[in-house]
Amino acid sequence: MDAKALAPGIQPGRLDKAGIEAGFSDLHPALDDHEALVAADRCYFCHDAPCATACPTDIDIPLFIRQIATGTPDAAARTILSQNILGGMCARVCPTETLCEEVCVRETAEGKPVEIGRLQRYATDTVMAQYVHPFERDALTGKRVAVVGAGPAGLSCAHRLAMMGHDVVIFDERPKPGGLNEYGIAAYKSTEDFAAREVDWLMGIGGIELKSGMALGRDLTLERLTAEYDAVFLGMGLGGVNALGVPGDDRDGVVDAVDFISELRQAPDLTTLPVGRNVVVIGGGMTAVDAAVQCRLLGARDVTIVYRRSQSRMAASRYEQELAQAKGVRIICNASPVAVHGNGTVREIEFAYTGDDLTPTGETFRLPADQVFRAIGQTLAGVGLPDLDGRKIAVDGTGRTSVKGVWAGGDCASGGDDLTVTAVAEGRDAAIDIHTRLMEQANG
Amino acid sequence: MADLTSNFIGIKSPNPFWLASAPPTDKEYNVRRAFEAGWGGVVWKTLGEDGPPVVNVNGPRYGAVWGADRRLLALNNIELITDRPLEVNLREIKSVKRDYPDRAVVVSLMVPCTEDAWKAILPQVEDTGADGVELNFGCPHGMSERGMGAAVGQVPEYIEMVTRWVKQHSRMPCIVKLTPNITDIRAPARAAHAGGADAVSLINTINSITSVDLDLFAPEPTIDGKGAHGGLCGPAVKPIALNMVSEIARSPDMYGLPVSGIGGVTTWKDAAEFMALGAGNVQVCTAAMTYGFKVVQEMISGLAQYLDEKGLALDDLVGRAVPNVSDWQHLNLNYITKAVIDQDACISCGRCYAACEDTSHQAIDMSEDRVFTVKDDECVACNLCVNVCPVEGCITMKRVEPGDTDLRTGKVVSAQSADWTSHPNNPMSVRAAE
Repeated sequence: MDAKALAPGIQPGRLDKAGIEAGFSDLHPALDDHEALVAADRCYFCHDAPCATACPTDIDIPLFIRQIATGTPDAAARTILSQNILGGMCARVCPTETLCEEVCVRETAEGKPVEIGRLQRYATDTVMAQYVHPFERDALTGKRVAVVGAGPAGLSCAHRLAMMGHDVVIFDERPKPGGLNEYGIAAYKSTEDFAAREVDWLMGIGGIELKSGMALGRDLTLERLTAEYDAVFLGMGLGGVNALGVPGDDRDGVVDAVDFISELRQAPDLTTLPVGRNVVVIGGGMTAVDAAVQCRLLGARDVTIVYRRSQSRMAASRYEQELAQAKGVRIICNASPVAVHGNGTVREIEFAYTGDDLTPTGETFRLPADQVFRAIGQTLAGVGLPDLDGRKIAVDGTGRTSVKGVWAGGDCASGGDDLTVTAVAEGRDAAIDIHTRLMEQANG
Repeated sequence: MADLTSNFIGIKSPNPFWLASAPPTDKEYNVRRAFEAGWGGVVWKTLGEDGPPVVNVNGPRYGAVWGADRRLLALNNIELITDRPLEVNLREIKSVKRDYPDRAVVVSLMVPCTEDAWKAILPQVEDTGADGVELNFGCPHGMSERGMGAAVGQVPEYIEMVTRWVKQHSRMPCIVKLTPNITDIRAPARAAHAGGADAVSLINTINSITSVDLDLFAPEPTIDGKGAHGGLCGPAVKPIALNMVSEIARSPDMYGLPVSGIGGVTTWKDAAEFMALGAGNVQVCTAAMTYGFKVVQEMISGLAQYLDEKGLALDDLVGRAVPNVSDWQHLNLNYITKAVIDQDACISCGRCYAACEDTSHQAIDMSEDRVFTVKDDECVACNLCVNVCPVEGCITMKRVEPGDTDLRTGKVVSAQSADWTSHPNNPMSVRAAE
C-alpha cells in the first residue's frame, strides 16, 4: 500500500488509474448473444405476468423476452421503448430486485429470477447501436408545450409529446440534459457516457428543443410559460437538500452527497477527484449507497453509512446494501448524528444510538471523519409553484396540478417512489393527458 | 412495417396466423379472446352431424413430451370433435363472424361418409356467414374407429368422393385437412385436388403414445389403467410437417394447389419456414395451448421484421424455398465443407469431441488443456459437431473453395457441380454419348 492510500484529509489520487478503472467499470456488464439466449430461454411467458405488473412503466416483459429468444431483439426493444423511452437507462439503474425480478416466478421456484434488467439492456443496446431512432412523429398539431427539467420525467414527457405531433421546448437549469441520469447516479451504472448518448438518441425523434441554463424562478416564471405555451410540464426534480441540523454541521468537509456524485460524474479524470481517508455518509437511501461505494472506489480507507433506523427500513434495496458491504462499506444502523466535531474542519462525528422510533438510548459514539456526506433526502425548491401536497407539487393520477394547463411528474410531484422508472411513467402519462386535453381544445 | 394482410384462397385475414381446429377454437368465448389477442383467423373446432352430442373421456385427455427445463415439446390428445350441440356452435359462429368481419372464420367438419350427411350440414354452415369449410380427414383417434377422420383420410378415393360432394353442395371455399398417418402424403393430396378442393391443410396429429406409466404398466394418459394412442402435435412434429408440405408444394401435378401449413408452429420463424416451403398461411394450436393467445404478438412482430429486413412482401415469401427442395441424387457432390470451431466462443465442454470420436469420423483433436480443433484431413463435414454444440454459432461449416485441396481426399476441389446421376460409381449414371 502506498502512502497516498493512508494519507489523512481529503486527497486526490488515492488509487492509480488502473485501480480506478477497475472499480468504476460496468456494474452489470452487457450480455453477449449467447448469454442473452440462455437467459431469455428461462422465461416462462407467464400469463398476466407478475413482472409486467411490477414494472411502473408496464413493459410487456414476457413478450420482449420472447422476441429476444426468437432472434428479434429489435422488436424486443420496440416493445420496451414504446412503454419506456428510457428503457436503456432503466435497464441499468432500476432496482429490479425489488420490482420485476423480485416477483419473477423463477425467483419463487429457484431463488433465481430471469435476468430481466440485463435482457432489457441487451435489447435496447442492440437498437441504440444502430443509430436509427425507432419511432416517428404523428402529423404535426401546431401545439407547443414547455417542459421544465430534462431529467427522466421531462425527457419521457417531451418524447411522447413530440411523437404525438406536438413541438416541445425543454428548459433545464444545468449545462447538460439528463437530470439525475447525468448528474445523480453512480458512475458504474452508466458507463461510457451512456446518459448523454441516450438523450442524444431520444432527441432523434425531432421536434424537441433543449434550452439549458434556464431555471424556473430565476430565468423563467410559471406565469410566462403558461402564457407562451399551450401546456406546461414540471419535472425539475428536487433542488434542495435537507440539513443535518446538528451543532457543527457547517464545518469544512461536511457536504451534500448529491453534489459529490454530480462532481464525480462530471470529472474528466477520477484520479484527480479528492476523497477523504475516513468517510461517513449519513442516510439510508440509494444516494447514500452511491456516494459511499464510490468513495471506496476512489480509495477512501474507511467508509461508513450511518442510518437512523433499522437496516430493514433502509430505502436502499437489499441488493444495494449488499453491494455496499461487498465493496467494503460498513453500515451502522439505529444511530442519529448529534454533533460534528473539529477545528474548522470536521475531525469526528458523534452519534446517539436510537430505537426505531428515534428515541435516543442514551449511548453515544464517535467516528473519525475527514469527509461527511449528507444523504438524508432532498426538498422541492422554488416559489410560485402550484399547490403542494406535503412537500411536493400536488398532482392527480394523470399529473394535473392545481394550475390549469400545468402538469407535473417525477421527483418534484407527489406520489411515486422517486425512482427513474416511476418518473418515466409519470412523464409519459402526463404527455398522454396533455395530448388528450390539447386535442379536445383543438376540436372545440 | 411489412403488411401481413393475408389472402388465402380468397379468405382475407389481417395476418397469416390462424388458430387450428382444436380445443382453443371450440367456443365463442375462446375465439373472441383469440381475436382480441390478434389472431388473423380461426378454424372452428370440428362440428359433427346433428344429434346426440359426442362424448369425451372424463379422465385425462392429454399426454406430453418435455425437453429440458420442462419445455413442452409435444402434446398428444385423445379428445374428440366438439361435444357441444351443433345448434349452439352454429349460433356462436354466426355471432363471432358478425362481430369480426375482418377475421377469417373457417368451420371444420366431420360427418359420416354419406352424401346426405354432408348435404345436410353444409347449408347450415353457409348460413353462419363463415368464410369456408375445412374437412377433417385427419383425426387419428376415436372418430377414426367409427369410419370418420383419419379413416377417410387414409383412403384417397374417399377423400375425392367427399370433397366432390362438398364442392357440389356448397359454394364455400373448401380446405381438406390431411392426416400424416400414411406412407406418401401426395396420394391423399392428389385425391383432394382431384375432388376440387380449394386447398389442403396439413398435418393433422400423428399416432402416438407419449409415455408409459411404469407403475401401472399403461400408456399415458391413463384412463382407469388403460390408454389408447392419441394424436401428437407441437414443436416435435414440425420437421415431419415441413417435409410433407414441401412434398406437395414441389409436385408438378399439384402445382398451384394452396397449402395451409400446420404442425408445431411456435414462433414467427416456424411460420416463415412453412411459408417458404409453400404454405400460404399457417395454423397454430400447441403454442397457444402452451403459452396462451398472446403468443401471436411475437409471431406478428417477428414475421414483419423479417420481411422488412429481407425487403419481401408476404406473397414473395410463399414458396420461395420450394425450388431448392431437391432429391438426394441431385445434390452437388463437389460442394465440400469443413467444420470450424470458434475458439473464442468455445466453452470446452468436449461434446463435439465425444460425438465425433465415438460415433463419427475421429476428426476432432483434443489437446491436454482441452482445446478442440478440427482435423481437416479427417472431417467429412457431417455437421454432427455443430448439432451437439451447446453454443449457437460456435462451430460452423466453412466451404473449401474450388481450386483449393480437400485435405481428406487430397483432391483439388472442382468448381463444376456434379451429382450422383453422373458419378462414375453409379451404375445408372447418365453420360454424354462417346
